[in-house]
Amino acid sequence: MNASTAVTVEGFVAESLVTHGRDPRHLLQHLIRVQQRFSCVPDAAVEALSAALDVTRTQVRAAIAFYAFLHERPRGAFEIRFSDNITDRMLGSRRLIRLLIERLELSGLPAWGRDLIRDDGRVSVGLASCTGMCDQGPALLVNGQAVTNLDAQRVDRIADLVQEGIPLERWPGEFFRVENNIRRHGLLLSNPANDGAALHRLIDEGADDALAEVERSGLRGRGGAGFTTAIKWRFCREAPGIDRYVVCNADEGEPGTFKDRVLLTDYADLVIEGMTVCAGVIGARRGFLYLRGEYRYLLPHLESVLQRRRAEGLLGTMILGRDGFDFDIEIHLGAGAYICGEESALIESLEGKRGVTRKRPPFPVTSGFDDQPTVVNNVETFLAAARVVQWGGYWLRGEGTDQSAGSKILSVSGDCAWPGIYEYPFGTPVHQVLSDCGAENTQAVQISGAAGATLSPADFDRIIAFEDLPTAGSFMIFDDSRDLLDMVRNFAAFFAHESCGFCTPCRVGGALLRNLVEKVAAGQGSEYDLSEMRHIGAVMRQASYCGLGHTAPNHVLNTLDKFPQIYRRRLEREAHTPSFDLDSALSEARALTGRDDIGAHIRAQIPEGSEVSA
Amino acid sequence: MVEKPRVATASLCGCFGCHMSLLDIDERILQLVDLVTFDRTPLTDIKTLGDCDLGLIEGGVANAENVEVLREFRRCCKTLVAVGACAVNGGIPAMRNQFGLAECLRESYCEGIGVHNPGIPNDPEIPLLLNQVHPIHEVVAIDYVLPGCPPSADAIWTFLTELLEGRPIAFPYTQIHFD
Repeated sequence: MNASTAVTVEGFVAESLVTHGRDPRHLLQHLIRVQQRFSCVPDAAVEALSAALDVTRTQVRAAIAFYAFLHERPRGAFEIRFSDNITDRMLGSRRLIRLLIERLELSGLPAWGRDLIRDDGRVSVGLASCTGMCDQGPALLVNGQAVTNLDAQRVDRIADLVQEGIPLERWPGEFFRVENNIRRHGLLLSNPANDGAALHRLIDEGADDALAEVERSGLRGRGGAGFTTAIKWRFCREAPGIDRYVVCNADEGEPGTFKDRVLLTDYADLVIEGMTVCAGVIGARRGFLYLRGEYRYLLPHLESVLQRRRAEGLLGTMILGRDGFDFDIEIHLGAGAYICGEESALIESLEGKRGVTRKRPPFPVTSGFDDQPTVVNNVETFLAAARVVQWGGYWLRGEGTDQSAGSKILSVSGDCAWPGIYEYPFGTPVHQVLSDCGAENTQAVQISGAAGATLSPADFDRIIAFEDLPTAGSFMIFDDSRDLLDMVRNFAAFFAHESCGFCTPCRVGGALLRNLVEKVAAGQGSEYDLSEMRHIGAVMRQASYCGLGHTAPNHVLNTLDKFPQIYRRRLEREAHTPSFDLDSALSEARALTGRDDIGAHIRAQIPEGSEVSA
Repeated sequence: MVEKPRVATASLCGCFGCHMSLLDIDERILQLVDLVTFDRTPLTDIKTLGDCDLGLIEGGVANAENVEVLREFRRCCKTLVAVGACAVNGGIPAMRNQFGLAECLRESYCEGIGVHNPGIPNDPEIPLLLNQVHPIHEVVAIDYVLPGCPPSADAIWTFLTELLEGRPIAFPYTQIHFD
């Protein structure tokens, strides 16, 4: 690195420190800014941040190594990452990746953790986990900006723009257009209007009354786990602490989920109002909105909403003129780590650290951000909470089932005529969603994302509700033209990549499952491998440290049960097959010795039982 | 008289430490020969393998001959056991997996200190090395694993006696702790 760059890097860091402060918990946010500016985090920035924030170099480097969107060495000036969810693949992303690579004169194919970087440093091509554009894919990120609706023509044009070195600001605007695609409005989506009514109600009736309404509504968390919101808020309110925090989990990383993107686009006011109401109930003065890095394009919009609400007296000090009701929200960006959607990992990330999950208990309600009582809720939960406080608990109970009040917003993608956002009352059967979105000849539905459940047609009468099919909203459809093993391969690679590496069952188990799935896909698997998959999956479920590892084998175990033929039709007839190709394992030795005699080869396995021993 | 179970053992890419540990059962070897008949094993120096009830494999799979021996054991033994760290995980020999085979062979036979007459051996009698060292379960199906480097004599004894008596195999803590 030459001296002038070093000065610039240090200058940039110094400026970032002035603007955004020297709280060590802002480390990740500084790193993200440096990454955006320099396409990597140069050594000089590591040094400067380490000194200014009083964190060790190792901590800084550990964070860079952990987050997929941070790099120690530069990628291309145009850093392109194709969204690699199964829904992108179903829309032809693999073909488009090959096309772009060819046009850019790169060779090979990118893999998880392996980007192709052109020698001149102009461009790099890599993969990203689902970027949340499943209803308008295939999609990619270029320098963190989402590009949607890729086709050959668009990829061709992108190659030209890169070759000509046209800066992103001058790329055609329609490339970056993100549609909402709201197809079905229910309780929450039918009315985006917000005039601070929930906050007025909170102030008029008091925090106890607001909490009572939330309690009455039976509202449960929309992030998937379904914990009762009122209980969470009450625990936090009653927990001893110096400060309290409200955190909105907008790290929508579950493959196939994109409803939070739409809610933050068109319903941001209500989400923020929900957070503010929560702050009023629990007595918090600070809140965070943790926005996944893939949605960085929403940042200016969200900042402007926050700014307007401050101007309107709905946020900041003395909210609605109420003395002592002070609450403000900071937006923190993620940097490409699925695990940060887990609430304790998210809090670690908010504190600037690697997103490794915490031991629970203590739960965030008693010991969250800065070890203080913290409410972490999903975007949709805050939105619903704002309406519940505004319109009362019975309003939500007007729809849904006994145990699941209200509605659920689904992100529908895959093989259907109208992918997009659908809001249904809880209790809606799967088949109704399928018919509404124009899905035909459906072979399977993956509900609640890669970590969720695989449904076969026998399950299509089941209902979306916490008591039957709980879901965070992802609803990916596969028709009978699809090979479901492609889905399994995609998810297995995803989990192996996204494991944080902290615990062995998940780190090693995820890699073993991926290898076994690939072995079966290559036609080299045996019955024994299937039983190993079940065994490893069971160990991961039982012994992993957090929910990522507990749910990572679901897709394998579900498909082994419900779609055994996708595995069986590829099996070798032996009971056991080697995990690698034995004869090619001698290739290097053959080349080094120049031998090619019979002893220099290993013949194929003789099927057991076909040879009678003496 | 009921025929005694037949037992065979082999060391693939290992150090014979697991076999030494088996011998560490000391005088219990006399009980063992009452219980079983040894087939192919370095202990008897029998070189050919017949049908056996139990096969014990020490060492990982590092060359073509290891593959052949291991497959033969799998064919002939009703129950096959991976004994010790190398059979279970590849162990110490698998440390070469960090390097290319060419690098390893050049270091050993061409460039290493004190090498005379340098050159990578290519005599057809010498089994070719695999690109990497593998645990045995990656080549054949395994029924049991007995970890340890080596597994202690007592652990081997417990394993053998309980298996031969058809009991579920359970070790006292003192035999499986590693500190």
